[in-house]
This record gives sequence, structure tokens and C-alpha cells, in this order.
Amino acid sequence: MTTHFFSDTTTLLGRSLRHIVRSPDTIITTAVMPIAMLLLFVYVFGGAIDTGSGSYVDYLLPGILLITIASGISYTAFRLFLDLQGGIFERFESLPIARSSVLWAHVLTSLVANLVSVVAVVLVALLMGFRSGAGVLAWLAVAGILVVFTLALTWLAVVAGLTAKTSDGASGFSYPLIFLPFISSAFVPTDSMPGPVAAFAEHQPVTSIVDSIRDLLAQQPVSADIWVALAWCLGILAVGYALAMATFHRKTA
Amino acid sequence: MTVDATIRVDGLEKSYQALDVLRGVDLEVERGSIVALLGSNGAGKTTLVKILSTLLQPGGGSASVNGFDVVTEAAQVRESISLTGQFAAVDETLTGRENLVLVARLRHLADPGRVADGLLARFQLADAADRRVSTYSGGMRRRLDIAMSLSGNPPVIFLDEPTTGLDPQARVEVWQAVKELAGRGTTVLLTTQYLDEAEQLADRIAILHEGRIIVNGTLAELRQLLPPAEVEYVEKQPTLEDVFFAVVGDRGGEPAAAGPIGIDN
Repeated sequence: MTTHFFSDTTTLLGRSLRHIVRSPDTIITTAVMPIAMLLLFVYVFGGAIDTGSGSYVDYLLPGILLITIASGISYTAFRLFLDLQGGIFERFESLPIARSSVLWAHVLTSLVANLVSVVAVVLVALLMGFRSGAGVLAWLAVAGILVVFTLALTWLAVVAGLTAKTSDGASGFSYPLIFLPFISSAFVPTDSMPGPVAAFAEHQPVTSIVDSIRDLLAQQPVSADIWVALAWCLGILAVGYALAMATFHRKTA
Repeated sequence: MTVDATIRVDGLEKSYQALDVLRGVDLEVERGSIVALLGSNGAGKTTLVKILSTLLQPGGGSASVNGFDVVTEAAQVRESISLTGQFAAVDETLTGRENLVLVARLRHLADPGRVADGLLARFQLADAADRRVSTYSGGMRRRLDIAMSLSGNPPVIFLDEPTTGLDPQARVEVWQAVKELAGRGTTVLLTTQYLDEAEQLADRIAILHEGRIIVNGTLAELRQLLPPAEVEYVEKQPTLEDVFFAVVGDRGGEPAAAGPIGIDN
């Protein structure tokens, strides 16, 4: 049935995008929390944080973007859970469609919704004085990293959405992901942290991703960080996709 | 063995962990007939329907729908069937029309818009076509749900407790829709826990109990299972449903519908 994969995915993507357009609150709430953090850290705490030269908003933005995505993907789990709950998931699965297109439609919707939220956050950051002289290629690289990061977390969200027993469970799984950036180089440089915390911070995925994006936007030469960042993202993506598919197939066994 | 069985179930088994839900179900449904699968909650009705609609894998035995094996030819089975689950599986954020177009697209039909319009008219939903489904009444939702199932005219339809949770008026609406279906030659397997529903709609009734079909026959045949002494029990009182409709004065367009054994039909 793979012959219909693309047309079925497109049809179902159109359905999910309609949901978002008709209740844009999911995009707004996704963007509001990171924007509030941006304001709080830049105008309240930022003055006390020493990040070396450069403005704090420039330093902070990459981490805030990751937080935006981490909170945005919880809506994917939530929407998928609602589909399962309402029975429409089973209706789709009993139709002569390429079955995995149901999941892909949700994943692509997540990508679109998160992209919109991320753009909104970047616009607010621009108003707050964020500036970057990065060229097109650097921006494309940043976008690429964020896309892979979104896909990776979204497939994890699919697992949560497929296995959740309640809607709170479906959306609650992302809380740890939202807080992971706090123990990284996203808000403060890791060398200000005590030894064990710094060790954790330096070896968890967020730090390498944040550092790569920061270097790209600051027109610094990107270090090996970008390969570590990509390895993390692709690794999580592979694991998340495999887990999601396994969960999906187990549902029909 | 029926010669022309659209649905054929042979020794079907399914268990969840230690719980045996289906313990050797045998069932045949003739082309163009309505068979009601009757059973109490937890009897395994939904499990059987899910296996037949390829949403669940059987644990043992075999089943075929429209000549296709539910395990090895699942894709062809899905081309032949449509499932209306226990809860109206409609998209609340979309309009009625968008729901129908969505399903028509997923069935890869030639002209989804025209298919949707035809079904809207047939199920008296044309006026509400461009309203979001979240504003629909329970009966309208269920009619839309059934209309979505009919998109592309699949030869076999599974209705899993189609009237559970509906008010009497909506129930009569659904019954009319189902009767009309069978009139067009569609094979219908419906599950229900309401005895009068089975009586109203079904050509044959199969009773699923503790994972097996314990009785299977026409209403007349099932009645004969009782000793004659019990057959003379005829209730003369109107049912509460009759009273309800008499007071409300609206049968959803149908002159006479449900009643206890021996009063109408």
C-alpha cells in the first residue's frame, strides 16, 4: 500500500494543519512560555550572569529555541492521544491507506507548528535587541539543526501519544525535556557550575546543540560541537523513530 | 456451511495476557444480510470486530472478509470494509463536509466533493454541512459517522454498538440508516447489547457469550429455543419508548419502530 503513502500523508497533514489554523492557541501557548523566559532572563536575571562579551539575548536565544521546540512537541503527543481516544485513529487504520501516514501527518504537523513558534520567538528576540550577522548558509545550518532536533523529539512524542493512558500523561512527558536546557550551557556557561554538574552539562545533548547554534549565529568558526550535536540529534531521531514504529505495530498485534 | 458467505470466521481465538476473550468463534455472514452480534459487556464483541477489520491480530483460528484473509490479505480486507466504532469517530474541528471529503480522499475516490455531497443529502446533513461537527447533536454525529463509513460503498460494514449512548430519537435515525444499507445489498455485521435493536434490524442473530457463539439463527429460530409455555408470554403494555414517542410526538420520521416481542412488526 506504499503507493498511496504520499497522497495519504498529504491528506492527513491537511487535516491536522486545519486543526492548528482553527485553534491557533497551541502555537501561541508554545511560543508564550519561551518568550516569557526570554524576557525574564534578559531583563531580570541576565544582568547578573556573566557570559563574557556580547549581549545576553544573543547568548540566550539558542537555548530558548530548544525550549520552544521541547514544549511544542508535547502537543503532538496530545493530538495523537486525542485521535486514539476519539476512535478516529482506528477509523483511519481500517481504511485502505498507507498506515504509517497517520503518524507521519502528525510528525509533519509538529514540524510546521514548531517552525511557526520558533519564528515567533526569534521575532520577539529581534525586538529585544538580538542581532546576528550570520549569512544564508549559517542560517540554513541553524534551521537544519532545529529541524532534525524537532523531528527527533517529535518521534519521542509519538511514542508518548501512542502509549499514554491520560491526556496529562501524553503532554506531561515533555517537562523533563523542557528543563534539560537549564542544566546546560543554554543559560550560563558551564564552567561556572560545580564539577559533577558541569560534567553532566557538558556531555548532554543540549550543550553541544546550543553551542553550535550560538557559534553559527555569532559567525564564529563552528567547532567539532556541530558533529556532536548532529550525532545526538540523529541518534535520538533513530531511536525515537524505531520506538514509535515498534509501539505502532504492537498496537495492531 | 453457507455457499456465499461474505464473512467467514473459523475457530477464532484471542487472549490478552491471561484473559481469553475469544475461545473459538465460528460465524458466517451471508452476502447482503444484517447479522447482529449480541452479547453483554466484555463478551468479546469489539475484539471480534477489531480482528475482522484488521485492527487486531487473531491469536488462533482464521477469518476472511469478502474472500480475503484478515491476516495475510489485510490490505484487500480494508478495501472491502468500513468500520464504525463504538464512539462516533468524527473530527470535531472539521465541518461535516470536510469529514466526508477526508474519508473519500483516503479511500482514493475519484471525486471526493461529489461523494461528500451525495452522502450529506442522503443523511439529511446538507443544511449542517458547513458547520463544525462540535456543534452537532449526538444523532447527527452518529449519522455523519455512518455516512463516513459508506463513502466508496464498501461491500461490508461493521457497526460496533452503533446506538450506545444515543437518545431514542437518534436511535431510530440510526436504525433507518442501517435498514437502508441492507436494502442496497451491503453486508452488515453489527454488535449490540440491546435486544430490541437486534430484533429490529437483524436477519440473523448470533449470541456471543464467554468467548463463543452459543446461538446463531433467525429471530423465529431463536424463539423456538424456548419451551412453548414461555412463548405465550405476551406483553400488552406499551414500552416506555412508545410512551416517550407518543408524548414527544416525533419518531424521527419513522411511523413505527421499536416495540417488545409481539406488539408491532
